[in-house]
Amino acid sequence: MKVLTANRLSDGIAVWYADGGWAETVGHADIAHDKTAEDRLEAIGAAAYANNEVVDVNLIDVEVVDGLVEPVRLREKIRAAGPTIRTDLGKQAAPEAIGA
Amino acid sequence: MYRYDEFDQDFVHARVAEFSDQVQRRLAGEITEDQFRPLRLMNGVYLQLHAYMLRIAVPYGTLNSKQLRMLGHIARKYDKGYGHFTTRQNIQFNWPALSDIPAILADLASVEMHAIQTSGNCIRNVTADHFAGAAADEVADPRPYAEILRQWSSVHPEFSFLPRKFKIAVTGAERDRAAIQTHDIGLHLKKNAAGELGFAVYVGGGQGRTPMVAKKIRDFLPEADLLSYCTAILRVYNLYGRRDNKYKARIKILVHETGVEEITRQIEAEWQELKDAELKLPEADIQAINAYFAPPALTDRPEGDALVKQARLDSKSFSEWLDQNVVTHRHPDYAAVTISLKGIGEVPGDATDSQMEAVADIAEKYAFDELRVSHEQNLILPHVARADLKAVYDALAEIGLATANSNLISDIISCPGLDYCALATARSIPIAQEISQRFASLERQREIGELKLKISGCINACGHHHVGHIGILGVEKKGSELYQVTLGGSADENTSVGEIIGRGFSSDEITDAIEQIVDTYLGLRLSPDERFIDAYRRVGPAPFKEALYAGETKAA
Repeated sequence: MKVLTANRLSDGIAVWYADGGWAETVGHADIAHDKTAEDRLEAIGAAAYANNEVVDVNLIDVEVVDGLVEPVRLREKIRAAGPTIRTDLGKQAAPEAIGA
Repeated sequence: MYRYDEFDQDFVHARVAEFSDQVQRRLAGEITEDQFRPLRLMNGVYLQLHAYMLRIAVPYGTLNSKQLRMLGHIARKYDKGYGHFTTRQNIQFNWPALSDIPAILADLASVEMHAIQTSGNCIRNVTADHFAGAAADEVADPRPYAEILRQWSSVHPEFSFLPRKFKIAVTGAERDRAAIQTHDIGLHLKKNAAGELGFAVYVGGGQGRTPMVAKKIRDFLPEADLLSYCTAILRVYNLYGRRDNKYKARIKILVHETGVEEITRQIEAEWQELKDAELKLPEADIQAINAYFAPPALTDRPEGDALVKQARLDSKSFSEWLDQNVVTHRHPDYAAVTISLKGIGEVPGDATDSQMEAVADIAEKYAFDELRVSHEQNLILPHVARADLKAVYDALAEIGLATANSNLISDIISCPGLDYCALATARSIPIAQEISQRFASLERQREIGELKLKISGCINACGHHHVGHIGILGVEKKGSELYQVTLGGSADENTSVGEIIGRGFSSDEITDAIEQIVDTYLGLRLSPDERFIDAYRRVGPAPFKEALYAGETKAA
């Protein structure tokens, strides 16, 4: 199970592909359940990169917990939340946004 | 301190204009990321986990209060209210928008600062002893030479596309506080028997995945030959350094693979071609740069002794701070002060916007407007009258920066680790915080004595773990963070690389393991004067292995 992630070109903020656009939180990212869907996300990422919307485009492993997408690797968990030592910063600073 | 001349100022302004244009073109989609990446890196802009990161150069760690105030302003206006001082004596901001970077660079240029060559395969910020110009044990101030190297290496056309990055450090004292033997070139400023200034030259030190202690290739290089000799070294490296494998591209690998004798021969041969040509430094030029670093007019303040004595009696915490964070100055009425950015449980090296501004005020009022960033991620007031120490202490205490832990176990060097860094494999900062909290008692820290603990969140070793008396390296193993411990490293005049003590520890175990190592040391040291590193060198790893792993062997 994978989702597409990148950093927005203009401000570098981590974003995830969801519902036809780039969301600032991972919770409702579009999930690829098979190779065909992964290829589709990859093509979207390549196009967005070529179109100078985002940089550092990657497919990452995720799971679904309580109806929300969560990255599997610690690195991606931290990207999705913010620094673990500054919970007042990053996405976690506005917890309601994570589920939004 | 050094002031930009017309050339410097024009150059920095031109670079701001050039990079601003490149940013605009990138944002407009006129250049691709592949085209832009090397340009942004040359201007200190990285992409990290959460956002872009901007690394700003602080040449040889020297700042004035106006500059520090500007860094505070940038933290507040463009970032999230704080900055991170680094082991290259620089500062990093963790959250700037790419679209704001032209404005940040323009603000920096207004106080003679920039972010040029803080990344990329070029000669990086030249570092120096943070007590330069103040230290009682100094032969001469190393910063004029660092400045000469800065001018020579800035956009040097021949050395802008090296096989890999290149770091130079300079010290002017026998006691090495600049870790010169862990650098690509380490320079020890000294005097020969005739009283002339020159350098012992070390080459091929470095950390990362292949740590190496630099080799001394010359015991005395006359000061006039500084640039011709460095050019010779860089030329040999540029020609023969490996470009096929980024992990083998540093000069340390070239020195190691070629052999010290042969590489010295090559460098000396190259130097013969250069030494009497235009790179020879004219005495007048050295003097002109030296004049910029003229020490402040330190008037006698003999009342300091009595004031300090009385203040010690009045305040135990002041007295402890004095013992730990204040060092002898070459002028007996003055002292150099370490402002610890390692408050118990805080993030090593971080300072808030208002702390930066308050420290700038203190420097202006009590320290001749001079500040330093140390490679140990602290700030330094190099010249404070002993008579003003209590006032400085009180002002620092007010902003939470009077922690009396310089050189103690909680004075930890830590890289940003996986909390920020795109390359990291494990977190560093939470481990530093937990260890600092475990050893929060100053009494206990002082009982342990000098202990350099350094943490890196990946093999690139930005947290200098290889040269920590105790080093911690965080790696990812089977999806979890694992912390490997090295013992016996050191980054002073007796530089050594630490040895891996055994299997790694989970994040839950690592602080207990460190405590066990410290308790083992306390149990075996010959006296409180025998520092951890000295005891380790005397007894070796065996007692520490026994303490950490004996139970496992028996159980197995």
